[in-house]
Amino acid sequence: MSPETKTGHVGRSKRRNQAIAFGIFRVLGFVVIAILFVIIGFIVIKGAGAISWEFLTGMPSEGGASGGIFPAIVGTLCLVAGSVLISFPIGVLSGIYINEYAHNNWVVRFIRIMNNNLSSIPSVVFGLFGMSLFVNTLEWGDSIIAGSFTLALLALPLVIRTTEEALKSIDDSFRQGSLALGATKLQTIRRVILPMAYPNIITGLILSIGRVSGETAPILFTVAASFLSHLPGSIFEPVMALPYHLYVISTSGTDIEASRTMAYGTALVLVAIVLVANLVANALRNFFGNKVKMN
Amino acid sequence: MSKLAAKDIHFYYGDFEALKGITMEMTAHTVTAFIGPSGCGKSTFLRLFNRMNDLVDGSRMTGLLSMDGEDIYARNIQVDELRKKVGMVFQRPNPFPKSIFENVAYGLRVNGVKDSGFIASRVEASLRAAALWDEVKDKLRQSAFSLSGGQQQRLCIARALAIEPSVVLMDEPASALDPISTAKIEELIFELKKDYTIVIVTHNMQQAARVSDKTAFFYLGELIEYDDTKKIFLNPRVEATQNYITGRFG
Ligand SMILES: Nc1ncnc2c1ncn2[C@@H]1O[C@H](COP(=O)(O)OP(=O)(O)OP(=O)(O)O)[C@@H](O)[C@H]1O
Ligand SMILES: [Mg+2]
Repeated sequence: MSPETKTGHVGRSKRRNQAIAFGIFRVLGFVVIAILFVIIGFIVIKGAGAISWEFLTGMPSEGGASGGIFPAIVGTLCLVAGSVLISFPIGVLSGIYINEYAHNNWVVRFIRIMNNNLSSIPSVVFGLFGMSLFVNTLEWGDSIIAGSFTLALLALPLVIRTTEEALKSIDDSFRQGSLALGATKLQTIRRVILPMAYPNIITGLILSIGRVSGETAPILFTVAASFLSHLPGSIFEPVMALPYHLYVISTSGTDIEASRTMAYGTALVLVAIVLVANLVANALRNFFGNKVKMN
Repeated sequence: MSKLAAKDIHFYYGDFEALKGITMEMTAHTVTAFIGPSGCGKSTFLRLFNRMNDLVDGSRMTGLLSMDGEDIYARNIQVDELRKKVGMVFQRPNPFPKSIFENVAYGLRVNGVKDSGFIASRVEASLRAAALWDEVKDKLRQSAFSLSGGQQQRLCIARALAIEPSVVLMDEPASALDPISTAKIEELIFELKKDYTIVIVTHNMQQAARVSDKTAFFYLGELIEYDDTKKIFLNPRVEATQNYITGRFG
């Protein structure tokens, strides 16, 4: 056999392997997308019937079997906003400190390990901790602020990690270029590094919103009321929240069957809120991304 | 008086001694070339003059480095002030993800210049000095990333010139560029020495011969020979230098 036909043969089998690999990846990709569509489609089909102006803006009645879910929507929005407002500044600043300022010594490695451990703790443990610290020790009671802080603790490791990764991915030559022009470290971070890192840091924001808005366990002991027929007057009052409301009407209603549609409607609203939050964050991400390129 | 002076410089990365007692002086308005095989410490030595090595954890220097007779490692030296006077151009072009204009204006802005008229005039003058003005004057607001590699490197030179340093350090500024861009940069270096003191690291012997007035040959962390470029290339004193420039090792 001449070398030519030999390589021709190898080339063929290489191409075949490649085709098989691509085929497998493609199928798996479609499976994932299909699962996603089935879940969302299922919720939309089952829940769309419940959606009405009254459902979105009304107060619940009969333990959630009828009426609306307005207080739960407001509650979830408050908790997401509150926890993001707390966790984001702290998390981003910590990430900046760890990646830009701290030397890579054992303290930083320890912080990193602890941070990773923190993010794998079950959320119900955060709930217990939040209850004992914010609700009882600080005497905030079951309140929006206690719930926001508890959820913020949950989101914090995620925000720190994504910030750190975002900063780490920026080539050192940009830092050196800036410093070599007489910029201070702070100027370098603010004017060159952060603008480049924003798009990826905002990914952290998206992830943490997704995580925070769906959690039930951490708010169970710190903020969630199972049934309220009025809106909270201040951040020191308890509030309803969508995931917990969903749990309550699916398990403890007086008429479970009648509550089913309400439950799917609630799930649909929750999914919609997360999706909208993601879209907004994505728009923000693109906005900053373009600004970095064009500026 | 010499512009830059190094006296018995030892430099360590941890336990590794990268520079083993270097003493040399560089005159104002000259181009000095650093040559030598890879890993002999050229970049390390160059980066001492704008204290870029301060960024390396676990590194340490002994000896005396001075500019205009002033110890640049003295306690009262503000590193960012020093770096305004000693500009640097890196091996790979590293423009910021900003517009062409903002790249050149950056050094002025971080040093507190607010007057936009002054900034605009400095940007133009620097781009002209870097022989880039004619190519970019109609697209100053476009991203610096839209430029070619050679243009990006000249932009980085303009950026360094904008804050009017007196010394410009260049670490293999043309090694990532095509021959035409390289020729442009070399012409530029020749022009710039009227106003600046230039130190350039290069692996290209012809380049060193073309652009520099003085050449320093380094080997394994030591300064082997330092003399007029002509002398080094035509009639070196040390055999190792002769071997290196004729390509017999390194
Ligand atoms: N950050 C660092 N940490 C540890 N050792 C380093 C570091 N930078 C350089 N060195 C070592 O110091 C020595 C000198 O390096 P330097 O970069 O100054 O060489 P160079 O002459 O510029 O080489 P080249 O021509 O390849 O750029 C080399 O042995 C290198 O391995
Ligand atoms: Mg080098």
